[in-house]
Amino acid sequence: MIELEGLTKRYGDKLAVDNLTFTVRPGTVTGFLGPNGAGKSTTMRMILGLDHPTAGSVRIDGRRYQELKDPLTYIGALLDAKAVHGGRSAYNHLLCLAQSNGIPARRVDEVLDIVGLTPVARKKAKNFSLGMSQRLGIAAALLGDPRILMFDEPVNGLDPEGIQWIRSLMKSLAAQGRTVFVSSHLMSEMALTADHLVVIGQGRLLADMSMADFIAQNSQCRVRIRTPERERMLDVLHTAGITAVEKDGGLLEVEGSRAERIGELAAEHRIVLHELSSQQSSLEEAFMQLTAGSVEYHAHTGQAQQTGGTGPAVVPAQPVAADTKKES
Amino acid sequence: MSTPQTPLPQQAAPPSWESGYTSPIPVVRAHLGHAIVSEWTKIRSVRSTVWTLGIYMLIVLGMGALIAWAIVRVPSEFHGSENPLAFGFFGLLVGSVCIITLGVLTVASEYGTGMIRTTMTACPSRIRVLAAKAVVFFLVAFTTTLFSAGLVALVHTALLDGTGARQPTGEEWLRGTLGISLYLAMLGLLSLAVGAILRHSAGAITLMIGVVLAPLVLAAFMQVESLEKLRDALFDYSIPSQMAVFYANTGATLRDSGPSGWDSLWIILGMTAAAFAVACVLLQKRDV
Repeated sequence: MIELEGLTKRYGDKLAVDNLTFTVRPGTVTGFLGPNGAGKSTTMRMILGLDHPTAGSVRIDGRRYQELKDPLTYIGALLDAKAVHGGRSAYNHLLCLAQSNGIPARRVDEVLDIVGLTPVARKKAKNFSLGMSQRLGIAAALLGDPRILMFDEPVNGLDPEGIQWIRSLMKSLAAQGRTVFVSSHLMSEMALTADHLVVIGQGRLLADMSMADFIAQNSQCRVRIRTPERERMLDVLHTAGITAVEKDGGLLEVEGSRAERIGELAAEHRIVLHELSSQQSSLEEAFMQLTAGSVEYHAHTGQAQQTGGTGPAVVPAQPVAADTKKES
Repeated sequence: MSTPQTPLPQQAAPPSWESGYTSPIPVVRAHLGHAIVSEWTKIRSVRSTVWTLGIYMLIVLGMGALIAWAIVRVPSEFHGSENPLAFGFFGLLVGSVCIITLGVLTVASEYGTGMIRTTMTACPSRIRVLAAKAVVFFLVAFTTTLFSAGLVALVHTALLDGTGARQPTGEEWLRGTLGISLYLAMLGLLSLAVGAILRHSAGAITLMIGVVLAPLVLAAFMQVESLEKLRDALFDYSIPSQMAVFYANTGATLRDSGPSGWDSLWIILGMTAAAFAVACVLLQKRDV
């Protein structure tokens, strides 16, 4: 379990991470999503005690990172796959890490085997491809067999087979009851692996909800209508209280209404339809909309709170900003 | 018994993560010893450090052999009352560049490669990391110097014995082997601390070579009378002069002023301690 409490990081005038509070729970894969430069890596560095927070705190299984005597057995992290000494072999790289935490040397061979690097264990790390470096970084994360795992953009540079492998690895780690926290800037990637989502933009928390809730809230149907009797259809929709948007090529688009209802309305008024189809907006679109800019996510916030059932709703962006201004 | 999914703000028992995954790997409370073993693995598993040490020994032993050859060729040149161990000085002076490089690389190369983030993640106590590096480096530098300088001293005294030169006294032996080895290892430690402060290999090596050479170069250009005192001080306290003190005759100094006896060691000890204090403060304060 990773608990963030009002975590803030300021570089000069710039707030890289702005009052983040959320909890990463065991037994699930938690996706940490945000566009490039949103503050994901800074947050992860603060979780690992590498960067000092300007304000707020992080707890790893209830303790501060600095208090962990053998941190690799608590939390394994892959931050930067290239953060190894290129002149050292994969085996020696893992060995020196294992020794610093009192982990038996046989564990080095085990993790090399898990990530499939055994054949190149004695090769220098600088000759590794990005994919191999990612595997080495994952081996280092698994070294202490920790209860918490944290991966920063783990699928970067991996081939399709490697991506498949990472996905199933993360799922199986979570299924064993471990906490898995993985960052990405690709919503599509998260949709396939994560059970829970934490979305940040410009350092602020935008959403902290289950994947299912996120999908339910954000994959709203648009209904596309093509009809030769456009004006009549618009009238009918209008009287039914449905707003339609006219699109190019004589198309009508309706948001927030189901295709069934439109079809029934058309049949009732004997309007000929040439096309009636549901358009699922992709999660990627929803994510981009969420992180597009402060105005946009302000608008989205209201919508999310209306529809949001259980689970934590989208955090309003504006009050958070006001808080930090007071602080400084 | 415990309710999962309840975030606990304080360390209340029993925490919800107790129900999570438990590793079969035995948990060890890591201490400085673990960090030292880890740093030893690091220093021996990188070719650049092994090369630097190899070249260092090559320089010290090679220049020692060259002088030994000269002694055999023209023994008359090496007569006199001078300390017979003094001929080991030249190899160590040139070799000090290697010790400086190795010291800087021990820390700064981790910043260059990004390895430092992995290291600090594995060992959150930054002072412990620096201490472990310092211990391992010091032992490596000291033993290598003691072995090389000792071997050269033994060969030289043995060869000079036949030419009628005097034998070094016990005090001279102690300073010419143990003393100079401690001094060079400390010079390396100073470089290591400078590497931790600057976090940049090339910059730290350049600075340290400057620290060794600049006072002599500056002194050479100070021909003005009014600067005479400063010139003498720069000359006396330059690192090569400090090293030469270890080869001075017992009870005599090269000049009236400047360090004598074991003074050089205390000077470098003070400088290194100060540099480590700065390095520790910065290490705690800065982000990795």
